[in-house]
Amino acid sequence: MGQSYLAFEMLMNDLGHEVIVPPRPSKKTLDLGVRYAPEFACLPLKILLGTYLEAIARGADTVVTTGGVGPCRAGLYAGLHERILADLGHPMRMIVLEPPRLRPLEFIRQLRMLNQAHLSWRAYWEVIKKGWGKVRALDNLEKLSHQIRPRERQRGDTNRAYARAVAMVGEAYTPSDIAEAERAATALLRAVPQDPDRAVVKVGIVGEIYVLLEPAANLEIEETLGHLGVEVERSMFLTGWTRDNTWTLSTHGMTVKDAAQPYLPELIGGHGRDSVGNTVLYAKRGFDGVIQLAPFSCIPEIVARTILPRVSRDHNIPVLTFFLDEQTAKAGMSTRLEAFVDLLKRKKQNTDSPGGAQGRYSA
Amino acid sequence: MSKIRVGIPGALTYYLYFPLWQRFLTELGLEVVTSGRTTKELLDAGVREALADVCVPVKVFFGHVMALRDKVDCLFIPRVVCLNRRTVYCPKFLGLPDMIRHSLPGCPPIIDERMDVREGLAAMVGAYRRIGGYFGRNLVQVLQALARAQVVNRRYNRLLQDGCAPQAAMALASGTGAPAPGREAPADLVFGVLGYPYAVYDDFLNTGLLSKLRQLRVRALTMENLAPRLWAARGYDFSKRLFWTFSDRVVRVANQLFESGNVDGIIHVSVFCCGPDSITDKMMELKAKGHRTIPFMTLIIDEHTGETGLTTRLEAFADMVRRRKGATKCSK
Repeated sequence: MGQSYLAFEMLMNDLGHEVIVPPRPSKKTLDLGVRYAPEFACLPLKILLGTYLEAIARGADTVVTTGGVGPCRAGLYAGLHERILADLGHPMRMIVLEPPRLRPLEFIRQLRMLNQAHLSWRAYWEVIKKGWGKVRALDNLEKLSHQIRPRERQRGDTNRAYARAVAMVGEAYTPSDIAEAERAATALLRAVPQDPDRAVVKVGIVGEIYVLLEPAANLEIEETLGHLGVEVERSMFLTGWTRDNTWTLSTHGMTVKDAAQPYLPELIGGHGRDSVGNTVLYAKRGFDGVIQLAPFSCIPEIVARTILPRVSRDHNIPVLTFFLDEQTAKAGMSTRLEAFVDLLKRKKQNTDSPGGAQGRYSA
Repeated sequence: MSKIRVGIPGALTYYLYFPLWQRFLTELGLEVVTSGRTTKELLDAGVREALADVCVPVKVFFGHVMALRDKVDCLFIPRVVCLNRRTVYCPKFLGLPDMIRHSLPGCPPIIDERMDVREGLAAMVGAYRRIGGYFGRNLVQVLQALARAQVVNRRYNRLLQDGCAPQAAMALASGTGAPAPGREAPADLVFGVLGYPYAVYDDFLNTGLLSKLRQLRVRALTMENLAPRLWAARGYDFSKRLFWTFSDRVVRVANQLFESGNVDGIIHVSVFCCGPDSITDKMMELKAKGHRTIPFMTLIIDEHTGETGLTTRLEAFADMVRRRKGATKCSK
């Protein structure tokens, strides 16, 4: 998902595997997935299936993926993928990592299975920690790019700097290299010429994790918004999510739950409750708007979407929802985003200066 | 003083738990009002109010709630989470009371007691006790009502297993209807008609699927017609149990029917955009590939389903199965 593959590639290499990096999900990937996946399966399943097929074409024979315990169906995807691939004549070895709380022994057995290089547990822990550090560095860079992009003087500068920054961290290997690369990359991004006076609206992005994290699935929504002069804050990053689900709920997770409590007291699977809770939190933090991203037919997000208009009214924060599927096109999305951002800017202008006669946001 | 009127919408869990809940609430001295069968007006109202992306049974549920909301003092929409310790209900069921509360204006108070047997041995009693407490009834009254309701519920499930339609079984189980004259419709084929109760039994939603099959001289065997002992212990070759109660049940029953070969064909009644069904249906399809003697068809229904289109597909399927059966007989 996103750029995190760089870290997982390194981790699997350290564990003694030959890693096949599938190409970035493209139209072709999605077409492949759509052809063999069930029609109502959500976008992540289709993209993943397409990605697996492309990786198989490049010689992959094992897939390492994560599981889950529902009620979101993503927890069943590994099994379904395995069956569909076998039916297509590609029996794959699937290593599905389930939450360790449920079956600790199974989890340890799988970790050993992954350990082809026969590292000691201590060394194992070290390489995981290193990989994790890389994911975190990549996440930090991405967050920074979201802040800089809306203020860049020359359109496209941030994208270029960000690509170089990611490559720098991607090439780093030892923990000190990674830390060093992160520092250099941060400096590189900060060096992008910015316009400090530009009026920028702040938008929070909530929704289902895969479409949030994979730019190919959300049609680079953050970049599009950045170019429209919007500072984006995403409610979920890989480092945040894995932490919540591997160990205990962090304080952040608790507050999201508390925030959602009056609207949706039940854990409905996926990230339905997080979407509601985060919207409340964004409103409380004074954001100008919220965008919800979800794959078409994702039930938890549909439940959240049904409740969000109420949250939007109660907390006076505009919410725009995108249900993404293989039919979604970038032009349509851009139009809706432009209109939404226009509304946000006008709303902000009116609240900032009640008369609204002379705005700072002249078109 | 007139009785408090409690509304139970006639959709979703209605087909499984209405007799239980109705008797329970009646025993507590409340008047139970239901919205009856789905009609065009109900569906249209639901489609107008509900989000476009929810599945049509939920839209229908919205319609039923809207039909009831002005007629009752409170709505009974328990949050059914888990009733068998293993599987939970679809996320839409888990969030159902919240969806209604936050998107339908003008609703009376909603009783959304959480029903989750994983909470402990007395979880269900606790849930019903809280419901009773809501109306100021004490534990003894609640237990008495619950015991009587359970009797009705058992009778209802037995009637379903005997092949009774839900509406008739409800009347029979609660002792208001006379037993139907025992005439079995002539049938030379048996189809397994699998799907969630709210899709299979809602005559309006599926445009009279079951009666159409009867006209085609096909006996329909639904999930509820099979005693749980026939399929409950049956596993399925999948790395994990399906998370959702109804889906888990559909797949188990499908496996039982495919393996026992007791049916001539299997129809899966699915709902447009149903999340769990995207997996259920694929699993059944893959299973069907291993049992070529039992034809398999998926019917997908939504609010645009036309009667003619459905009839054509059913006729074609029945014809195909019948011809095939004749052909295998001749070749023997």
